[in-house]
Amino acid sequence: MRKSTKLGLSAALAMAISATAGFAENIKIAFIDPLSGPFATTGTNGLAEWNFAAEELVNKQGGVLGGQNFEIVEFDNKMSGKESLVQLQVAIDAGIRFIAQGNSSGIAGAITEAVNKHNRRNPGDRVLFINYSAVDPALTNDNCNFWHFRFDANADIKMDALTDVMAKDDGIKKVYLIGQDYSFGKAVAAAAVRDLGNKRPDVEIVGNELHPIGKVKDFTPYARKIVASGANAVITGNWGSDMVGLGKAIIEAGFDGPIYTYYAASNGITRTFGEAGKGTINLVAEGALNPPASDRMAAYVTAFEAKYPDHDITQSRIANAVEMLAKAIDAAGTADDVVKVAYALEGMEHESIWGGKLFMRPQDHQMIQNVHIQEHTNENIEFPLDNSEFGLRAVSTVEMAAMDSPTTCKMDKP
Amino acid sequence: MDLFFVNIIDGLVFGLLLFMLSSGLTLIFSMMGVLNFAHASFYMLGAYFAYQISTVIGLGFIGGLIVAPIIVGVAGAAIERYGLRRVHQYGHVPELIFTFGLALLVQEVVKFFWGQNQIAYFEPEWLNFALFSIGQNTIEAYKVFMILISMLIFGGLLYILTKTRIGMIIQAALTYPKTVEALGHNVPMVFMGVFGVGTALAGVAGVIAGPALGTFPGMAFTLGSIVFVTIVVGGLGSLRGALAASLLIGWITTFAAAYNFEFRTILLAFGLEEPANIWDSGLRDLWTLTLPQIGPILPYILMVAILVFRPHGLMGKREV
Repeated sequence: MRKSTKLGLSAALAMAISATAGFAENIKIAFIDPLSGPFATTGTNGLAEWNFAAEELVNKQGGVLGGQNFEIVEFDNKMSGKESLVQLQVAIDAGIRFIAQGNSSGIAGAITEAVNKHNRRNPGDRVLFINYSAVDPALTNDNCNFWHFRFDANADIKMDALTDVMAKDDGIKKVYLIGQDYSFGKAVAAAAVRDLGNKRPDVEIVGNELHPIGKVKDFTPYARKIVASGANAVITGNWGSDMVGLGKAIIEAGFDGPIYTYYAASNGITRTFGEAGKGTINLVAEGALNPPASDRMAAYVTAFEAKYPDHDITQSRIANAVEMLAKAIDAAGTADDVVKVAYALEGMEHESIWGGKLFMRPQDHQMIQNVHIQEHTNENIEFPLDNSEFGLRAVSTVEMAAMDSPTTCKMDKP
Repeated sequence: MDLFFVNIIDGLVFGLLLFMLSSGLTLIFSMMGVLNFAHASFYMLGAYFAYQISTVIGLGFIGGLIVAPIIVGVAGAAIERYGLRRVHQYGHVPELIFTFGLALLVQEVVKFFWGQNQIAYFEPEWLNFALFSIGQNTIEAYKVFMILISMLIFGGLLYILTKTRIGMIIQAALTYPKTVEALGHNVPMVFMGVFGVGTALAGVAGVIAGPALGTFPGMAFTLGSIVFVTIVVGGLGSLRGALAASLLIGWITTFAAAYNFEFRTILLAFGLEEPANIWDSGLRDLWTLTLPQIGPILPYILMVAILVFRPHGLMGKREV
């Protein structure tokens, strides 16, 4: 008798609690990226940026839809496509409507396909895919769909911006292309050949090669070839230890021209290059930390560094994605009907916290934004990386890069 | 031609580095009959300890070069004494599993203390300059330093093993451990000593390779398998064989990466016709293959060939 009263009481209490929780339920965003294994550093850094952006840019500003907060729910995909799809299903089953993923275009391809299929079959609980980092051009071309939004500049846009800047440099006569032997490395090389051919037909491509990914122990022979080829600029899409090994070997072999990269910063890379990389290592990306675009941005980065001293802001587009998603949910007036949110996001213009305008191109859901060529240096660096004195500083900017670039995307809109 | 000489030097540097790893491993194998999977882990520990000693504690590069291998060697000897020796009585398979587990453990420990990222362990300032250049290619003083250190170690090892009393006991213990024990020598002690010295050598390799090839938690893994290939090619237990195989593999990988030889030349020479639209051809991978792309597997092909045609290796005395 007594027992059943207790049970009934606790049940009533539980119901009361869940009822109150229902009032201001959080809007959940599933973060599906590697949080363990060899790529965990990138994943955890991204997670910190997502959590911070949600807290700082949305929740502290009063949330969305009159008081609902963003909540980032983490899912570890161990950098595996199969695991990602399992986690995606878990997230969808938990009622999460927004899926964020960025590391590896291969995984992004699997997710965008799965999301497309799911949304077609389950019109009742559709989800949106927020791709914050995967840059394979195919995702907004042949493999595009209505549910996928890319906030980073894709590999072609970055190459377009990079070659715009290189085209103005008359000192560059010979270019060497080198990359990792997989889809992204090939995409970078193909884009470089195409864009340089269009903009600077006089530039000779003296080398175009791919090396086995993660298998090269000593990059010295590659560096020797590059020096011997007489190249005065190198373009590479390498990342991780392949980037460090290649960059160091090239510099040590006596090469003194610029090395243009996509990913030669942060996660220990900036600190490792240090003094040796100064004047040589350049990087093409959206969102520059130096010089700071505004006081608001400086305050944001300072607060981030204070909260996460071991992490850096490496993916500035995460803040853009969070702000624009909040704006779209407010404009749609709902966080449950993602079709309305997607339509609000499509074609949206936004003032970026990093300076400059953002435009979500409606025909392919590719973000159009300013792309910067940044140099690795320790001069005039307000926000260094890797707790070192070195960081990236924007030296030239291509505004609204590739705004009119063609796309092969044909998406079905609901 | 300039490039040829530069590659000879680069290959020599890499080959000698391999030798420092494989010399210890081959000695340990011939003595205990066990492949030490954790050998490359000691190499990694050498690099990390040297970083800690030289930059964080501040003893400088030379301090790291002297102290780190000693710590690694003592750790190696302790692991032999309190780990491997106990497992030894259960046979070879438990020993293998023990060293395999040790390799995983070391990797996790390194990640725990130093993180996932590459650490800032560099060449010392006083060796960080271009000593001379061939054509446009500069040869760093550090590379020459690496060559000198490895030569010194090879000379020292050869002297100890062939000219000293200790060396005689070690060589005898390799082949007739029971007899040597009966003569009053402490054979387990000899084993422990060899294991300690072997791991210390791997430590030296780590100290000097760390700045050149990068110090990160995956460094043991990337070099681990190639070291096994080296001792199999050289002949198990043979120091001279290890040197020959290391240099051979160093040059093979360097030259393979350095020359963009295309396989279409061979196919054309055989009178095959190149497909008009190569990307639609089923054999496109064969037509577009270049030598640098297959470079990393050449040592393994060499190993298979050696196992087939000369199972005891280049200079080994017994079969694998």
